Amino acid sequence: MKAKIHVTLKQGILDPQGKAIEHALDSLGFKNAANVRVGKYMELDVKETDKTKAEAQVKSMCEKLLANTIIEEYRYELT
Amino acid sequence: MMKIGVLVFPGSNCDHDCEHVFQDVLGQQALMIWHKETTVSGLDAIVIPGGFSYGDYLRTGAIARFSPVMNAVKEFAQNGGLVLGICNGFQILLEAGLLPGAMLRNRSLHFVCRDVHVRVENAATPFTGACRPGQVLKIPVAHAEGNYYTDPVTLAGLQANAQVVLRYCTPEGKVTPEANPNGSLDNIAGIRNAEGNVLGMMPHPERSAEELLRNQDGRLILTSMIESLKKRPLKMVGA
Repeated sequence: MKAKIHVTLKQGILDPQGKAIEHALDSLGFKNAANVRVGKYMELDVKETDKTKAEAQVKSMCEKLLANTIIEEYRYELT
Repeated sequence: MMKIGVLVFPGSNCDHDCEHVFQDVLGQQALMIWHKETTVSGLDAIVIPGGFSYGDYLRTGAIARFSPVMNAVKEFAQNGGLVLGICNGFQILLEAGLLPGAMLRNRSLHFVCRDVHVRVENAATPFTGACRPGQVLKIPVAHAEGNYYTDPVTLAGLQANAQVVLRYCTPEGKVTPEANPNGSLDNIAGIRNAEGNVLGMMPHPERSAEELLRNQDGRLILTSMIESLKKRPLKMVGA
């Protein structure tokens, strides 16, 4: 199965990159853009056909390595 | 003479500076420990130097913590061995869970490379014993991810247990937002673990430890370590 994983800073944690991009968008005239958050996108194949088992593995990968859960949150989709 | 192990990861770049200072300036024995090693026996202390281990891929320190040597470092620390993490070494200690918290990008988004001032908030640690309480040290920083973060409960615990060892301050010793080079919580520049034998700090003491460089403030951190080791009743047996 293919896992598509998004890792972003938790809400409430300052995202300096997001802020810089927001300012840049603002100076380009995109006055309606707000709350820019920058994150990481990862794709990987899990050698597993059972969705529940694959999900458990991806969750474990996120918890142990792909996200630092002190500052980041993650979400994923499996297809 | 103390045996100081300096860890070397792919991408470490302050390892030889640490080796030089401990060996040539402070007269100790420095041993370079490649990250594939699985034991650290016979060492008195371990230094995790600065640099860009594994190219800072994923997050700073995130990959280095899985290097084989880190299991031995954990065991060494659990047995009371002194571990000093400098800059990327601090980031690795956080990722490895040997110290609480995490690093965010600097508030300014810039790589900050300059002298900063830090105040010694706890002079009763093996890393600051040669300093006066409240002493201001001028030590350079060089990092893009030094913006220390932790949850409010953990922060309160760090403060209550005197685990905040170094804080960014003005040259006069005032802890102000302007004196903070990266936006770190509570102006934190260095913290220790609850047991007191592991210290992580963003400034580079090895870059300010000899007269040639016209700044020897960082030397106090390193000589504190050596002095504290001399006072130990038993030689530490490495993991």
